[in-house]
Amino acid sequence: MATEVHAAEGATGYIIHHLTSLQVGEGFWTLHLDTLFFSAVLGGLFIWFFKTAAEKATAGVPGLAQNFAEMLIEFVDKQVKDSFHGHSKLIAPLALTIFCWVFLWNFMDLFPVDIFPLIGSLMGIEYLRVVPSTDLNATFAMSISVFCLIIFYSIKIKGPWGFAKELMFQPFGPWLLPFNLLLKLVEEFAKPISLALRLFGNLYAGELIFILIALLPWYIQPVLSFPWAIFHILIITLQAFIFMVLTVVYLSMAHEDH
Amino acid sequence: MSINATLIGQMITFALLVWFTMKYIWPPLFDSLEERKKKIADGLAAAERGQEEILLAEKRAKGVLKEAKEQSSEIVIMAQKRANEIVEESKDTAKKEGERLIVAAKAQIEQEIQQAKEGLRQEVADLALSAAEQILGAEIDKAKHQDIVSKVSNQLG
Repeated sequence: MATEVHAAEGATGYIIHHLTSLQVGEGFWTLHLDTLFFSAVLGGLFIWFFKTAAEKATAGVPGLAQNFAEMLIEFVDKQVKDSFHGHSKLIAPLALTIFCWVFLWNFMDLFPVDIFPLIGSLMGIEYLRVVPSTDLNATFAMSISVFCLIIFYSIKIKGPWGFAKELMFQPFGPWLLPFNLLLKLVEEFAKPISLALRLFGNLYAGELIFILIALLPWYIQPVLSFPWAIFHILIITLQAFIFMVLTVVYLSMAHEDH
Repeated sequence: MSINATLIGQMITFALLVWFTMKYIWPPLFDSLEERKKKIADGLAAAERGQEEILLAEKRAKGVLKEAKEQSSEIVIMAQKRANEIVEESKDTAKKEGERLIVAAKAQIEQEIQQAKEGLRQEVADLALSAAEQILGAEIDKAKHQDIVSKVSNQLG
């Protein structure tokens, strides 16, 4: 259906259209309104659900919502306790937020690729990308926040001098200081970059394949999109899980004094 | 597909979400989980304690029962002993009473025999006297022949 609409632009035009964000502003001060909007809505959904569960939380027999929320909380808590041995009020809620938010972002990928752009075009919105995790800004925003926390906790736990020493004198000792520094800096910066790019890459590729499938004749589409969607359920959960676990692991590394 | 100010907006949203979760979502849910865990543990401990108490009570009950049995058998033994004693005592009493009665009866019999003898003797003496009177045809003065009469009566005795 969409293929006919964009027939004039051809397949390339269709793909590019689907991968273009709704933007305002110029240069760096451009805002991707769709990313901001959908991630905020999904964050609101997450908060709403958990807030409802938390308000009704009892130590007695839990309701359905509380049960589900507690299941997630226990799951996250177990992951955090497995890899993080310190004591922190922030890390477990942070991990829960990351897991749920990223999962919801990724979940948007399972909606048919044309449905939201169609609704958008009916409302007069030309471009609409509904999956926030296919926007580098979203994934980097999260990974840079995590990176800031890593640096913050490294300095807080080890002290500025301790952290500097770790950067300079490990792993090869004080005589190879420049190499140590280089290695450590690469190691530290690789963390947020790999976090953001892994999530972005997986979801972007997944979205792209959905778009490519949508270009095929309608009678072939279900044969391909159905298995891919099922496979994608695994991917979106896995990516959310990986992002959460790695965040916890990085933060626990920041807490450990060598 | 470029990095731009969206990044900052997303970071702010993320920070808000994390703050909210940390402040209002994680603590109540986690606390309720912990509380339930504690409740369950307490319940299990109480159940175990109850079981132990039952065992103890059973043991105590057994002890009490045993003691009671011992006491009752002691009482029975004592009662039997007492009964035997009473039987013996009454036997004794009865025997003594019997003997006494026999003695008294014997005495009475003796006395009656004596009385009968006395009476008979008197009567025989009287008969002998009257017979002698008749045989002799003469009057025998009782006063004169007192020694003869008493001799005869003594011989009868």
